[in-house]
Amino acid sequence: MKEYTPEQQQQFHAAVAKYPHKKAATLTCLWIAQEIDGYVSLEAMEYIAHILEIPVTAVYSVVGFYSMYNTSPVGKYHFQVCHTLSCELAGSEAVIEHLQKRLNIKPGETSEDGLFTLTRVECLASCGTAPMCQVNREYHENLTPETLDVLIDHLRQEAATHA
Amino acid sequence: MPKLKTKILSNYFGVDQAWTLDFYRGHGGYETAKKALTEMQPDEITEEVKTSGLRGRGGAGFPTGMKWGFLAKPEGKPRYLCINADESEPGTFKDRQIMEWDPHMLIEGVMISSYALGVHTAFIYIRGEFHLPEVHLSQAVAEAYAAGILGEDCMGTGYKLDVVVHRGAGAYICGDETALLESLEGKRGYPRLKPPFPAVEGLFGCPTIINNVESVANIPWIIANGGEAYKQFGTEKSPGTRLYGISGHVNKPGVYEEELGIPIMELINDRAGGIKGGKKLKAVIPGGSSTPVLLPEECEELTMCYEGVAAAGSMLGSGGLIVMDETTDMVKVLVNLLRFYSHESCGQCSPCREGTGWLYKTMKNLLAGLGESGEIEKIEDIASNMEMRTVCPLAAAATMPTRSYMKKFRGEFEAYLRQVEAGQATLV
Ligand SMILES: Cc1cc2nc3c(=O)[nH]c(=O)nc-3n(C[C@H](O)[C@H](O)[C@H](O)COP(=O)(O)O)c2cc1C
Ligand code: SF4
Ligand code: FES
Repeated sequence: MKEYTPEQQQQFHAAVAKYPHKKAATLTCLWIAQEIDGYVSLEAMEYIAHILEIPVTAVYSVVGFYSMYNTSPVGKYHFQVCHTLSCELAGSEAVIEHLQKRLNIKPGETSEDGLFTLTRVECLASCGTAPMCQVNREYHENLTPETLDVLIDHLRQEAATHA
Repeated sequence: MPKLKTKILSNYFGVDQAWTLDFYRGHGGYETAKKALTEMQPDEITEEVKTSGLRGRGGAGFPTGMKWGFLAKPEGKPRYLCINADESEPGTFKDRQIMEWDPHMLIEGVMISSYALGVHTAFIYIRGEFHLPEVHLSQAVAEAYAAGILGEDCMGTGYKLDVVVHRGAGAYICGDETALLESLEGKRGYPRLKPPFPAVEGLFGCPTIINNVESVANIPWIIANGGEAYKQFGTEKSPGTRLYGISGHVNKPGVYEEELGIPIMELINDRAGGIKGGKKLKAVIPGGSSTPVLLPEECEELTMCYEGVAAAGSMLGSGGLIVMDETTDMVKVLVNLLRFYSHESCGQCSPCREGTGWLYKTMKNLLAGLGESGEIEKIEDIASNMEMRTVCPLAAAATMPTRSYMKKFRGEFEAYLRQVEAGQATLV
């Protein structure tokens, strides 16, 4: 079971207090764990099961159902490109191709330096500003090869200065 | 139809700081809630909503006041209000604007609705991907608590209301109201069999009303101005305005608030600036990806109201239009949509889980030039076997559009088959 700092434990308990039943805090607790660790580890699931007083399998089953929980570490910058209809009509396949070339990875892969992960995702409710992608939580809309290049350069620079 | 002069929902879209409490209060915000909570009886509010004729903006168009009337009120059990902010239907991006630009309008709607329903805890279920809308909404809720608008004693009226923003985690199916409840309870988002209906047995087994963001955002205006005033907009059967989201091959994609009953061609040509590059229109999805596609000739006289779109054999749905020009390959379009539905089927019922997968694979094969003769009939067969045999409407949301593309663009599907027959198939 994962050991969290007292401040982190406080975050979990505050989330639980918002709901009339402990189990209802499952999704929220998983979010907190993912924000702390970058992904949801088995140890984190054990901790969550413990404080919610539910079996670990119940937590595990929830994690598997939802697309946004990562069960293993992803790159520092997670490119999630929408490929649903409005985005495809606006050129999302070209966006994915461009990213593949620039990041040297295919959808589903993480770059060797651990900086980038590329994923295809379904409609993110930005159809009017297609094509678009989400990098970590941030939306980037009306993408062109030029804006993508600017974004990638910016992220590389940011990573280098914080390294 | 002239441009809408009195906007109900989109007055402050695009206005800097419109999401703050200061701004909202500076423009008369929360005065209606105060009036409702102090001067009106809960039933009076429900009556006013019934009078307005407001219909649900989440997709099905069920009359909101009537839905509220079904809420069971057993002694000793809490009741809940859940706001559906899952916004995952492809082509739909309107609720997001409300939460991003005017979240206090939604919170005021939640307050008035909760009071009408006797609810003391309301949940806003927001899709996990949303960032800015979630940040603005959560900030607005925190501001409202700090100012005593929400909490133990809402604005000194003695009414208690808690509002909890709950983040989903990526699953289209959680937009279905009973899947949303399961997800809120901390489980997989598996839709429930009905009955019992949520109004009787919903969240944690208690009576629950589920309403879409846009539906509830209309409530402050309706209570401030009266249900009769609301009916000056729209048609008799579809009162009010809607946030139409237009995407695809148009010059000015975006969200436009207009009356219900606006001609669809006016939305496309006037508001959205017409088809890009001066090309010809080929097809329109009128209300999100689950609604059957329409041909240009079907759109000529079409007005965007529930009854108008239904008469054309489709649905107003979520109000998200996807516009396609003459260069669009309709087989590719259907492959794209079927990939979505097979990916998003929750897997609980085998006709849907297997059927959406089969439809996608078969159609993808056709696109790749690997379709055999009889393939089109096979697809229709799979579709028939999926309908009416499932827990929720997702299976039909996949088959209804499938049928419409295959019927209206049959030639294109057959052309892919003929390539095979002529031996031009290429392995992709
Ligand atoms: C598969 C599926 C997905 C849905 N997605 C949404 C959604 O994203 N947002 C929404 O408000 N309603 C969605 N609905 C409709 C809801 O089940 C429900 O009817 C609606 O939230 C009720 O609110 P309203 O009466 O205010 O429209 C979906 C329904 C189904 C079957
Ligand atoms: S119809 Fe499909 S999405 Fe709906 S409950 Fe059944 S398997 Fe799940
Ligand atoms: S289709 Fe890409 S955001 Fe909706």
